[in-house]
Amino acid sequence: MARRILRVSIVAAVSVTALAACAPPSKDSGSSGSSADAATATSADDLGGMDGLVKAAEKEGALNVIALPPDWANYGNIIKAFQAKYPKIKLTSAQPAAASQDEINAAKSLKGTDRAPDVFDLGQSVALANTAMFAKYQVATWDDVSADFKDADGAWVNDYGGYMSIGYDSKKVPEVTGLDSLMGSEFKGKVALNGNPTEAGAAFSGVMMAALGNGGSADDIGPGVDYFGKLKKAGNFVPVDPDPATIESGQTPVVIDWDYLNAAETAKLPSWKVVVPDDAVVAGYYYQAISKDAPHPAAARLWQEFLYSDAGQNLWLGGGARPVRADAMVKAGTIDQSAYDALPPVNGASVTPTIPQTEKAATYLSANWAKAIG
Amino acid sequence: MSKLSKAAPWAGLLPFMIYLVVFLLAPTITVVVGAFQEDGRFSLVNVNELFSSTLLTVLWKSVLLSGVSAIVGAVLGAFLSYLIVTRPATSVVRRVVTAAAGVLAQFGGLSLAFAFIATLGFSGIVTKAVSSSLGLDIYGNGWIYALPGLTLVYTYFQIPLMVIVFLPALDGVRPQWREAAVSLGASTWQYWRQVAAPLLTPAFLGALLLLFANAFAAYATAAILVSQGQPITPLFIRAALNSEVMLGRQNLAFALAFEMVIVVSIVMAAYALLLRRASRWLR
Amino acid sequence: MIRESGRFRVVRYVAYVVFGLFFLLPLYSMLDFSTRDVATGARTGKAWAALVQDEVLRASIVTSILLAVLTTVLMLALLVPTMIWVRLRVPQASRLIEFLCLLPLTIPPLVIVVGISNVYAWVSYLFGNSAYTLTFVYVVLVLPYSYRAIDSALSSINVVTLAEAARSLGAGWSTVILRVILPNITSGVTNATFVTVALVLGEYTFTSLLNFPQTMPYVIAAIGKSDAPVSVAAALGSLIFATLLLLLFSLLGRRNRSAKEA
Repeated sequence: MARRILRVSIVAAVSVTALAACAPPSKDSGSSGSSADAATATSADDLGGMDGLVKAAEKEGALNVIALPPDWANYGNIIKAFQAKYPKIKLTSAQPAAASQDEINAAKSLKGTDRAPDVFDLGQSVALANTAMFAKYQVATWDDVSADFKDADGAWVNDYGGYMSIGYDSKKVPEVTGLDSLMGSEFKGKVALNGNPTEAGAAFSGVMMAALGNGGSADDIGPGVDYFGKLKKAGNFVPVDPDPATIESGQTPVVIDWDYLNAAETAKLPSWKVVVPDDAVVAGYYYQAISKDAPHPAAARLWQEFLYSDAGQNLWLGGGARPVRADAMVKAGTIDQSAYDALPPVNGASVTPTIPQTEKAATYLSANWAKAIG
Repeated sequence: MSKLSKAAPWAGLLPFMIYLVVFLLAPTITVVVGAFQEDGRFSLVNVNELFSSTLLTVLWKSVLLSGVSAIVGAVLGAFLSYLIVTRPATSVVRRVVTAAAGVLAQFGGLSLAFAFIATLGFSGIVTKAVSSSLGLDIYGNGWIYALPGLTLVYTYFQIPLMVIVFLPALDGVRPQWREAAVSLGASTWQYWRQVAAPLLTPAFLGALLLLFANAFAAYATAAILVSQGQPITPLFIRAALNSEVMLGRQNLAFALAFEMVIVVSIVMAAYALLLRRASRWLR
Repeated sequence: MIRESGRFRVVRYVAYVVFGLFFLLPLYSMLDFSTRDVATGARTGKAWAALVQDEVLRASIVTSILLAVLTTVLMLALLVPTMIWVRLRVPQASRLIEFLCLLPLTIPPLVIVVGISNVYAWVSYLFGNSAYTLTFVYVVLVLPYSYRAIDSALSSINVVTLAEAARSLGAGWSTVILRVILPNITSGVTNATFVTVALVLGEYTFTSLLNFPQTMPYVIAAIGKSDAPVSVAAALGSLIFATLLLLLFSLLGRRNRSAKEA
């Protein structure tokens, strides 16, 4: 009798575990044929033009975006504008503080649920390592984007970019003209880097910028690591992760970060200035993609159409980022000229590390960064 | 008949066990299996990396940080619990401290890190006040942004956690026993050593174990304060899972998580041994 | 009651002051920053006003409180009978239960989410996408703390003797658990409840990784993303709110609880 109870409980436990280990039957929205069409549409024409796309998206009624902080390249206003234009589509913005890899992890963990992300906005390394998860789609303005900034089949396309910069509070520290200024004694305990370069793309590019400004190159990030080592020894570098709270409370009056992120701080703290060092110009673009397993495929494609329309691109420009269609829009006269002129001046050739260069630098960093900083 | 009655008691644990199997076993299995895999196949490469000098140093620092903050938190927390428990149950002090302890025990992450930076950082309130009134520079070389600072910040939630889990044990020590001991001629020290301590030791050690595990697994606060260089194991795990610069190290993260489970198991085994030794000594 | 020596009373008050300073100073820094205007440095209540006026926040407060209640009830229903049962009838299992209750703490949340994703896909399938399904994982998260609080209380009473006495007087098991043992461990149960409520009201990692944006910690983080003083005000506000909630609960509880007053 006891043995039977034992046997029954073991069987129960095993079957529950087995059930837990497999995925549940997928909630097929296959009843509405339009969703199935949207999931394989490679351009708006497949759904009957923009009107067809809008109708299909509104039928889905929802859109999940992820890792879009409101003050990152003006995403707050972009989301508001999208909601205002398509009020029937409920937009949910999840995990604003997430990193690129978190987006991929979320898509994998939440696969099959209604809460999985529909679209991604990723850094270079994560994007190019996960192209198998993207759906191919070409927006209406596809031809405006030059070939370097998009995948030939439409799996991904660059959306906005910026240059690595030094942001500083002019009320708390003297004027910063370049990387050498930061070595001065007035900067003791004041300089922070946005993240850890062995983890975060922004911090990685910051060290790359220091490398370029100290005799290194995209192939040699060593001088950049040495620069920060010197900064730490002088007592100027603090290992804290900066955010608007630490900036505005005066704990991190100097932050090395993307120019559009520093620009967002200027909007809140008028004394915050942004400078891109001469001849140490590191450029970085982010990658926009649609998830292959998006729970709302039509809405996801509509979102992309919105982002690459003139309105969407100008909204990114409003956040201090350089939209990928900028050149075409300048020619067509549709760009927001005052915002375009307000971007920080850049002197010197811009450098964007390729994937092999990034991997080489990453290996060097993982072996040497902790030693230099610690 | 006897066979049934032998198995029946274990059946009483079924609801609890089934719940755990569903919601805890799955992640645990993911960790264990993932630790021994690389690129989808069985491999010991990640487990071997656990023994590299970098990761061993990181582990040691984690253990040190957790141990020190646990001991400091346990001793100070036990003392604070004693101060409150000697108040009647309806006293305002007791209610407020217990409620606040419940809340502060879970306080951590970004907000806690910011609160400490704003207090003891380079331009922190206390830093500025002390330097302007006493002329002392407590910021120094930025100790708060390294392990010593982290230890101090950890005690901020360790002490309340100790109060929360240890107070119930202190509650069980009846004042009548103290009166009885005193009336039999015992000194305060004798009372504590021979009456109160034996009763409280298991709870104290158990709470210490929890505090250790709590600090060992904590990473949100450290992620902000010591964002550069991953000096403790949980930060390394987060980096391995989330890094956008070094990709494809998910299995290393699982190996590290597995290592953490092993370390806590070892500490738990030591705790069980200590308990048995203590109960024998005190009998 | 034994009178404290005057010397100890001095120690007590000094201790109150030291502990008070240690715990209140960082909170004061938060208050200071959240009431300051960023550009001018002047005092302002702007951040706190913005917090109070946000409607999404108000809805999320209700959601989180309900979630806290659900988690507490499920946790108590699962944990208390099991722990008492272990002490009474299966003491060999106590180390196992203790270890299992410590496990959720040692596995990092990121890793738990990866492992639990299939389970939660089922949960979403069976129970829908509501934020209340977080109850299941929150109960697991709070196990280490609740277990320790209840165990502390159980260790200070003689569970076996009490139960035997009750049984020998003819009580059934439910009477033993509910009316004999439970009243003697209220301190442990109360503290376990406190820590559970505090955890649910402050838990951000899982609600964010599993994409449930309706909970209070999530909304607070979202509000604070673009406005630093508001985010600090929100953090401090949620600490104060949780403390007041727990205080309220403790006032509504047994007034004459003290087994200490002879």
